[in-house]
Amino acid sequence: MAAISREEVAHLARLSRLAVTEQELDVFAGQLDVILQSVARIGDVAATDIPPTSHSVPLTNVFRDDVVVPGLSQEGALSGAPDAEDGRFRVPRILDEEA
Amino acid sequence: MSDLTRLTAAELAATIAAGDVSAVEVAQAHLDRIAAVDERVHAFLHVDTEGALAAARDVDTRRAAGEELGPLAGVPIAVKDVLATKGVPTTAASRILEGWRPPYDATIVERLRAAGTVMLGKTNMDEFAMGSSTEYSAYGATNNPWDLGRIPGGSGGGSAAAIAAYEAPLAIGTDTGGSIRQPGAVTGTVGAKPTYGGTSRYGLIAFSSSLDTPGPCARNVQDAALLHSVIAGHDPRDSTSIPQAVPDVVAAARLGANGDLTGVKVGLVSEFNGEGAEPGVMAAFRDAVEALTKLGAEVVEISCPHFQYALPAYYLIAPSEASSNLARFDGVRFGLRTGDDGKHSLEEVMSLTREAGFGPEVKRRIILGTYALSSGYYDAYYGQAQKVRTLITRDFTSAFEQVDVLVSPTTPFVAFPFGSRTSDPYQMYLADLFTIPTNLYGGPAISVPCGLSEGLPVGLQIMAPTMADDRMYRVAAALESTVGVLTPPAL
Repeated sequence: MAAISREEVAHLARLSRLAVTEQELDVFAGQLDVILQSVARIGDVAATDIPPTSHSVPLTNVFRDDVVVPGLSQEGALSGAPDAEDGRFRVPRILDEEA
Repeated sequence: MSDLTRLTAAELAATIAAGDVSAVEVAQAHLDRIAAVDERVHAFLHVDTEGALAAARDVDTRRAAGEELGPLAGVPIAVKDVLATKGVPTTAASRILEGWRPPYDATIVERLRAAGTVMLGKTNMDEFAMGSSTEYSAYGATNNPWDLGRIPGGSGGGSAAAIAAYEAPLAIGTDTGGSIRQPGAVTGTVGAKPTYGGTSRYGLIAFSSSLDTPGPCARNVQDAALLHSVIAGHDPRDSTSIPQAVPDVVAAARLGANGDLTGVKVGLVSEFNGEGAEPGVMAAFRDAVEALTKLGAEVVEISCPHFQYALPAYYLIAPSEASSNLARFDGVRFGLRTGDDGKHSLEEVMSLTREAGFGPEVKRRIILGTYALSSGYYDAYYGQAQKVRTLITRDFTSAFEQVDVLVSPTTPFVAFPFGSRTSDPYQMYLADLFTIPTNLYGGPAISVPCGLSEGLPVGLQIMAPTMADDRMYRVAAALESTVGVLTPPAL
């Protein structure tokens, strides 16, 4: 049985904001199925009582002294933007007209 | 005068410091070499001729003024295109960042500049560092200087190929699952992944934040150690940077070069007994282990029962983190924007931008990571992978109670021909079989040339405990003292 269906891949692509093509869906569904079948054996490891590791460095609550240092200028921060207006990032409309 | 591009970084620094040659002459010699061979190698995505010559002139001026210069002052270096370089194009080999010029330097780049190294340009890689061959670069693959029809490893194939082709004596790579070590192995060069947290990630375009580790690439162990010492150390701008002094890796490499490993205990991972590896690779590896024994090392076998689950754990953890990290490429603050014609909503523009800007492997991993993190699958995949990560760490901790270092082949196969592993992505993932456990644990590991198989380089990997980077340099330098440095055929 396939671990993942074409429909599931299409749903995940939508969640990931990827406007994938029909042809890509065909290819990815097969490839992701192979990958998932290969990694599924991770479930064979008995690990119920094992704590998870998210990170190899055992540091928590890392603070630095509250000293003012120069940051990016507005010009620098906007220098790579695809579109900018009045010192701000310009984006396409977010809300529908009638909203 | 001898060919400046054939000298080691240490030799170059010494001759510049002595005033025998100027930093500008050294930079020009390497720029000339790039002009002569890079059309065939394609190690570079961007060559910064003007910036390199300006940096070199600055070193010459400071030297003339009697200023004390660092151990790598005037030495040219190539930087993987995943590190932000102020004003110099930075793409992560992706269309989505084509033409982006960062407004700031990564900490490592800042340190390289402060040390007086001369940045020649930015090197090719698999897009967003996802791959083992550079075939996933949006700008075309890099060719292995040993055989131009074969892959140079990945993701940092450009950095490894640049030094193997004598276009630069040093390069910077980043290692998430083997992206420094595997290219080092298949190009016959040295590549080191420092302890996670030992080198700063500030300004590194994130792939998998709990694993990404910048490190040195060089043609010999001493040069790698010198570069390691220049870039490593605590950075308050990276919250996972370890606030501890980095061990003296340069002294360790010097000690190892004496060729005496008496009293050093080396562990062979029983689970890496050759399954899935080419016989020629295993033969070269066994000869190298024999060589370590002759140098006085005591070699014992060590079982690490959970290493066999490292590859599946990695291919759940890394894509999960990537799917989150790459959400920042939304066509708003930097890079590409597609479909902004007044007819599409913001969300549609984001989806069209990401569809146009990302290549197939990046899309696969984003979708895979989104799947592994989704409710209903989280516990079985991402959660389970994190638990297995704990068990792998325990394997390492227990191994290092018995031995000083662990060794294995760096990668199961020598440089493979282009196109031979792209149709089935999982076949590509297998290139990382031996390198991935260390990334999950966080300790340091180095790949050093140990011989040839079918006329192509084989690398030996040395893994050490967290913050004991000096140990791997000692053993690597000792092996190098008997194996020697590999020289590719003339281009």
